[in-house]
Amino acid sequence: MPGTADNRGAAVRGTVHPTVAVLERHLSLYRRLWHASVLSSFVLPVLFLLSIGVGVGAYVGSVQGVGYLSWIVPGVLASTAFQIALGESTYSVLGDFKWVRSYHGMRATPVRPVDMVLGHQLYLIFRVEAAVAAFLVVVLFFGGLQSPWALATPLVCALLTVATSAPVVAFSASIDHDSYFALLFRFVLIPSTLFAGVFFPVEQLPGLVRPLAYVSPLWHGVELCRAATLGRSPAWPLVVHLGYLVAWAAAGLVLAVRAFHRRLED
Amino acid sequence: MAEHPLIFARGLVKRFGDFTAVGGIDLDVAPGEAFGFLGPNGAGKSSTMRMIGCVSTPTAGELRILGMDPVRDGAQIRARLGVCPQLDNLDPDLTVRENLTTYARYFGLSRAESRRRADELLEFVQLADRAGGKVEPLSGGMKRRLTIARAMVNDPDIVLLDEPTTGLDPQARHLLWERLFRLKQRGVTLVLTTHYMDEAEQLCDRLVVMDGGRIVAQGSPRALIESYSTPEVLELRFSDGLDSGAGYAAKLDGVGERVDPLPDRVLVYVNNGDVALSEVHRRGLTPSSALVRRSTLEDVFLHLTGRTLVD
Repeated sequence: MPGTADNRGAAVRGTVHPTVAVLERHLSLYRRLWHASVLSSFVLPVLFLLSIGVGVGAYVGSVQGVGYLSWIVPGVLASTAFQIALGESTYSVLGDFKWVRSYHGMRATPVRPVDMVLGHQLYLIFRVEAAVAAFLVVVLFFGGLQSPWALATPLVCALLTVATSAPVVAFSASIDHDSYFALLFRFVLIPSTLFAGVFFPVEQLPGLVRPLAYVSPLWHGVELCRAATLGRSPAWPLVVHLGYLVAWAAAGLVLAVRAFHRRLED
Repeated sequence: MAEHPLIFARGLVKRFGDFTAVGGIDLDVAPGEAFGFLGPNGAGKSSTMRMIGCVSTPTAGELRILGMDPVRDGAQIRARLGVCPQLDNLDPDLTVRENLTTYARYFGLSRAESRRRADELLEFVQLADRAGGKVEPLSGGMKRRLTIARAMVNDPDIVLLDEPTTGLDPQARHLLWERLFRLKQRGVTLVLTTHYMDEAEQLCDRLVVMDGGRIVAQGSPRALIESYSTPEVLELRFSDGLDSGAGYAAKLDGVGERVDPLPDRVLVYVNNGDVALSEVHRRGLTPSSALVRRSTLEDVFLHLTGRTLVD
């Protein structure tokens, strides 16, 4: 274009990728609102560990050949990641479409739906890794880590985060009313946390219920974390657990980007 | 030689299922122009704006923005647009300043440049003293000014304003108009929708009147008034208001060029209001109130569509 266009456009230079710009927006908000999530991200996991790991553990003794505390550490770790990923992908996503409309604001800029989805995922990984790191440090003092493979748990938790969050984001971006979240919490979050091998081995479950654990990405995350902190091999071949989580993550991302497109365009 | 139009549309159509929101319109917006879409709710203004803003795909017709194709080059075009939407979408939990710096980053500005632009624009929209405060307690007019500042953050070639002053009190509207007028003086191309005639007259060099998804007239505010109305309008109210419409229309025949009976008053289109009013009195009619005013775009709209613009 001739005329004014050239000079004006010159002020705008791509010094930051739009995905990173979206991540920065979430981080700026977190800087304002972090205190609201301190309890659930940092304090509750440790309280869980103390009450159940130490308290209940005193009666349980050992599970699968290790002390109960060491046994549930990876379970609490993975379920903390799972809960943050799920919790931060519901109201805040719907709200950014419906009430705040900040996604509509982004849509008017070079930011694309894929940037919005990926920027949010990066933010969640940051949130989860902060909680995971704090938890690992506390657990280390309790002697809850049996193997240097524990260093791999942050990677597992990052994968679990995307495998959990991306499909939920797709869901949140598709609904028009927040009452659907009650269903999600009641029928996905709570059963997953209870029956995904966090507090007891899934082998304890009746054979009919056990597939519910196998379907949940959380169980695969728990198995991988447990294998890492105990330094043994997981229930199923490593590649199956990883592949299953990658499949959830990939399908979730595709669906989420599609849902964002649908919601922001016509 | 005429410059390339920044916005060029031919036979532009937008349909939602069976409903035609925009039914084939042609547009040419030149650099530096303040261009308006005037029409009632549902006329197709916002649908047109969304297509120009590259967030809605045209159903048919040709559309070029800044010489580019909005479907293929959407992101590049949006990089050079500023958008002030009808519904505010500021981040209520960020500060006033953070709303601008965050948005600047979406356009790829460096951190330093983002801060510089934010401070400059807050000064421009007279919100510098609120920079560190939350968005939530700002008044409607302040929020709208902040949204306009945000729309300017990438130094855009075109600023799109969808009903910029709807819902604001008169004082806030005038302050906003004054800021928009300054943008126009700086050579920024403004494209706005409105259903307020005074807004269109204040801000627009040229406008199109839309109704039912079509353009029913276009030109400068003055030219539209000259071609579709008379210099002055005599507004008469009668206290026995019940049958004022049709009844008085006949009695007023010939007083002006045209008589328009509305439910609550009668409009008489005239060259000279005072002369016409004495003619009314000469005919023995006794209106309970009589107002002589200049013609406005509302009269144009009424003439073109047979309906008033704002209920």
